[in-house]
Amino acid sequence: MARTFSIRRQRGFTTIAMICFFALYLPIAVLVFYSFNAGDSLASFDGISLRWFAGAFENQQVIDASLRSLQIAAVAAVIATIAATMAALATTRTEAYRGLTLKYAFINQPLMIPEIVTAVALLIFFARIKIWTGYSGLGYLIAAHTAFCIPFAYLPIRARLENMDLTLEKAAADLYATPWKAFRYVTLPLLWPGILAGFMLAFVISLDDVVITEFVKSAGQDTLPTYMLGQIRRTITPEMNAISTLFLFLSICVVTVFFIVNRKRV
Amino acid sequence: MEALWSPSAKPKRRGQQLHARLSVPHMAELNAVEIRNVSKVFGFGEFAFAAVDEASVSIRQNEFFTLLGPSGCGKTTLLRLIAGFEYPTSGEILLNGEDIAAMPPFKRPINTVFQSYALFPHMTVAENIGFGLTMLGKPKQDIKDRVAAMLKLVRMEALAGRRTSQISGGQQQRVALARALAPQPKVLLLDEPLSALDYKLRKDMQIELKRLQAETGITFIFVTHDQEEALTMSDRIAVMSSGKILQVGNPREIYDAPTDRFVADFIGETNFLKGRINSVSGGIADVETPVAGRISATVPQDFKADGEVTVVLRPEHALLCPPDQPPACQMTGTLENVVYFGTDTHYHVRLSDGETLFTLREQNKPLQGARFTQGDRVGIALEANAARVLRN
Repeated sequence: MARTFSIRRQRGFTTIAMICFFALYLPIAVLVFYSFNAGDSLASFDGISLRWFAGAFENQQVIDASLRSLQIAAVAAVIATIAATMAALATTRTEAYRGLTLKYAFINQPLMIPEIVTAVALLIFFARIKIWTGYSGLGYLIAAHTAFCIPFAYLPIRARLENMDLTLEKAAADLYATPWKAFRYVTLPLLWPGILAGFMLAFVISLDDVVITEFVKSAGQDTLPTYMLGQIRRTITPEMNAISTLFLFLSICVVTVFFIVNRKRV
Repeated sequence: MEALWSPSAKPKRRGQQLHARLSVPHMAELNAVEIRNVSKVFGFGEFAFAAVDEASVSIRQNEFFTLLGPSGCGKTTLLRLIAGFEYPTSGEILLNGEDIAAMPPFKRPINTVFQSYALFPHMTVAENIGFGLTMLGKPKQDIKDRVAAMLKLVRMEALAGRRTSQISGGQQQRVALARALAPQPKVLLLDEPLSALDYKLRKDMQIELKRLQAETGITFIFVTHDQEEALTMSDRIAVMSSGKILQVGNPREIYDAPTDRFVADFIGETNFLKGRINSVSGGIADVETPVAGRISATVPQDFKADGEVTVVLRPEHALLCPPDQPPACQMTGTLENVVYFGTDTHYHVRLSDGETLFTLREQNKPLQGARFTQGDRVGIALEANAARVLRN
C-alpha cells in the first residue's frame, strides 16, 4: 500500500520538534526551579525553600496588585464575553449578506492594530475624560481591557456557532419556542462551551496585559504584570520568580478547569 | 390519543390558546391549508426573483399532499411559507380558514420534519420528542405520557434515553417524525425527509409514513423531487416548476392526464409528437401528425385546442409490430436500442422523420426472447385513447 505523505516521517522531524519545545519550556522550567531557591541570588542555587513564596504572600503590594488584576480580568472578561456572544450571534445566525465580511474585520481589528497605538490613543482619550469628569477609578482599565478582550472572546464563540446547524433554531421555533426560549433552550446550551472558551481566553489575555495597562492606569493602580515590570526595573529577587510561578499555576488551573468542563458536554 | 389534553386544562400560554382557537367545530368543511395567490420574491429590482409565483392550491383535511418538482422549483419555499420561516410577498395562507401568513412559526399549530432532521444534539431522544409540548407549557405528566405514546408509535421505546448522536439515520428520522407529531399539529410538513436514507430504508419509511398518517389523521404536506415517491404515497400531488403550480391532481390524473408539457416530461417517461388539430368533438381531438398520421387524442378540460399542438404518449401505451402493416401500425422507424429491465424491456425507436426518438415499454413474458433486435425496421401500434393533447 502506498504511504501518503506524512510530515512525522520526515528526517529530523523529532529533532526540530524537541528543539522547539526546549526553546519554549526550558526558560519557564528554569524560572520555576529558581523560585524555590533558598538563596538571594538569581544566579546560584542554594537549596530548596519556599521563602520567596512566603515573601510574596506577605507583600501587601503583590496582594493588592493580584486582587486588582483578578478584579479587572473578571469584570472585563464577563463584559467582553457578553458583547462577543451578541456579536457572534449577529454575524452567524443569519443568511450571508453584503458587508458581513466588513463586520468581521471591524470586530477583529483590535487583533491587528499594534497594541502600543491603542495604548497611546487610550491614554490621550482617557486623560481628557479624567479632566472633564474628575473620575479616576478602575473604570478606565476595565473599559480598556474589555475592548481588547472582545475579539479574543469572539473567535471561539463564532467558531462554535458556525458549526451549529441554523435549522436547529428553526426547529425550535417550529415547536412553539418563542425566540427567547429557542435561544435559552437550544442555542445557549449548545453554545456554552464556546462561551466558556471565549471567557477563559479573555480572562487570561486581560490578566496578562502590560502595554495598555501601563499607559492607562492611574497612580496606585498597578496590576500584577505592571507591578512586576516596576520591580524588575529596580532589583531582581527570586520573589519575581515565585510570583511568576504562581501566575503560571493560576493560568494552568484556568485552562485545566476549562478543559474538564468542556469535555463533559460533547 | 385525542383525549390526552383534557379540555379542563387551563390554557396558560398563548400557543395553547391558539390551539384551542383553531380547533373550531365544522373544521371538516374547511380546507386544512389554503394557498391563495401566494408569491415570494427574493431580492430587489433587476435581481428580483420569484421563488413562488402566484401559487394557489387547496389542501384538504387528512390528506397526504405532495409538492413535487425539480430542485429550485419553489416547493421548499412554499413549505417554508406554510411553516412560517418565510413570509409571503403577497397572497394569503389560510389554516382551517384563518389567515396565518403573518403569524410567526412558533404560534402556528404546524410542525415540520426537516430534511436534516435538526434534532437537538444536547437532548435525549425523549427530550427531543417532548420539546414542543414543554414549550407549550403542558403539565409534566401529560408530556411524559405523550412522549411514551409517540415512542411507541415510531417503535423507538428502547432508545428513549439515548443521545441523538448515538442513533442511526433511520432512527433519527423516526425521532424527527415523533417530535413533530407529538404536539398534535393541524398539519405536518415534511421537507424531503427520506432523501438521506438508503433505498431499502426509504421504502420502509414510505410505508411507515403512510401508516403514521392513517393512524394520526393529520394532514401531511410532503415535499419531494422523486416522482416515484410522490406517485406511490400521495392522495394528491401538485407539480411545481419555476415557482408556479402547474397541475394538481391525484397520482393517476397526474400520470395519465398531464395537461402540461413539463408535467408530462417530469413524471415518468413520455413521448412528444407534434401535430395539427383537424377537429375536436366531445373532448377528443383528431390530430394530424407527420410521423404517425391521424391520432385521436384527449383534450384537457377548458382548453380550446386548435392549430399546432403537442401530443403525448406514455411508453407503455404503444406496442411494437412488424413494419408496413397499416392501419394498426401507424408509425415506422428503426430500432436503435433495446434495454432489458427485468420486468419489462424498453425499446428506443428512431421514427421515419429521422428526428424523433420514440420510447416504448413492453412487459416481459416468461420464456420469450426479444421479438426484435437492434437495427430492425419496426412498426409501432398505439393503444386507443392513450394519446393526450397538451396545453403548451
